[in-house]
Amino acid sequence: MKPEGWRDLTPGAVILDAGNAREVKTGTWRTVDKPVFKEEHCSNCMLCWLFCPDMAVIVKDGKMVGFDYEYCKGCGICAFECPGKKGQKAIFMEEEKK
Amino acid sequence: MAVQINLKELSKKELMLSPGHRLCAGCTAPIIAKMVLLAAADYPVVANSPTGCLEVSTCISDYTAWKVPWIHTAFENAGATLSGVETMYRAWKRKGKIDKEVKFIAIGGDGGTYDIGLQSLSGAMERGHDLLYVCYDNGAYMNTGIQRSSATPLGADTTTSPAGTAVPGKVQRRKDLTRIMAAHNIPYAAQAAPSHWQDFLKKVKKALEIKGPKFINVISPCNRGWRSRLDDAIQLSRLAVQTCYWPLYEVAEGATKVTYKPREKKPIEEFLKVQGRFKHLFTPENEWIIKKFQQDIDQEWERLLQEESQSS
Repeated sequence: MKPEGWRDLTPGAVILDAGNAREVKTGTWRTVDKPVFKEEHCSNCMLCWLFCPDMAVIVKDGKMVGFDYEYCKGCGICAFECPGKKGQKAIFMEEEKK
Repeated sequence: MAVQINLKELSKKELMLSPGHRLCAGCTAPIIAKMVLLAAADYPVVANSPTGCLEVSTCISDYTAWKVPWIHTAFENAGATLSGVETMYRAWKRKGKIDKEVKFIAIGGDGGTYDIGLQSLSGAMERGHDLLYVCYDNGAYMNTGIQRSSATPLGADTTTSPAGTAVPGKVQRRKDLTRIMAAHNIPYAAQAAPSHWQDFLKKVKKALEIKGPKFINVISPCNRGWRSRLDDAIQLSRLAVQTCYWPLYEVAEGATKVTYKPREKKPIEEFLKVQGRFKHLFTPENEWIIKKFQQDIDQEWERLLQEESQSS
């Protein structure tokens, strides 16, 4: 929550809501491409999850599920690093239709 | 070293850095911060960052991406601030006000570590505070617009060492901070890379188990400053290790151990040619810089191997 004026600030301007940056949807930064997930080529190595700078890879119970496009800035590190299965990448970058 | 780290198991842990931070697309700093916090997931952590890309972008007024208690400090005093917090914690522990086993971690960029924060970091290390300092080294002041720092490599084009007719990029070689830190005779100093995450996470885990001051230097490719592709940060970190530009090693209790030896040392050109900040080096008049670059790396690698063989 954003304070309205200085009176709303906590002493020392301490932020009490840990991780409230999640209110800022950085997904709007994406300019050209967005990552697309193809489950059949995924070996669940979790490298995309580890290397994503924006914590935008959704993982459930040790399985890669997809992307959080609200935060993904479209850098493409996940697609670059994806080892995939049998030479087929599970993540590729695709031009976004807006 | 410890057992292999299983990523699948690790991925069940909560990430202590939230999305929505305002670092550039493809930045390595949040990857490093995230990995450090993952390796420290078993402990309550107090973190601290000096001014730098990571600090200004993860904590833009009223919003924080940190899910662990985190303190923002000025450029020059991350070491001093965390020393103070750690000292207060020890006093509280003595008085019985707290009984948790808290870990203190500072994460700073090369500007706040190699240059401006060096005195306070050196002081913290010398006084023997129980803390871990992680430096993400992107090799310039990226936050304010790519000014040279003492971590900037030879020949790199930055806004304060612009490559042109007067100078061919930065004319000095970079400072070797990991060695300076090891020379403080601290229990643990190491160098790591995010591409070799297994090695990196193990080093952080190992450091956290040691009492006393610890230092880990991590390479952090920056696509804006290095003028590289948006998606090859991890690949650049890999190339830095494979060319031995960024050797992975640790100095634990005075004993040096090289933790990764590339089967075949790649020529430095492979690391340089993919970065726009070195593009002016590939001309006949600047060829000598590449030669000098390679020479420095070979020398340093030989020295490191020798140091290792002497300490075992």
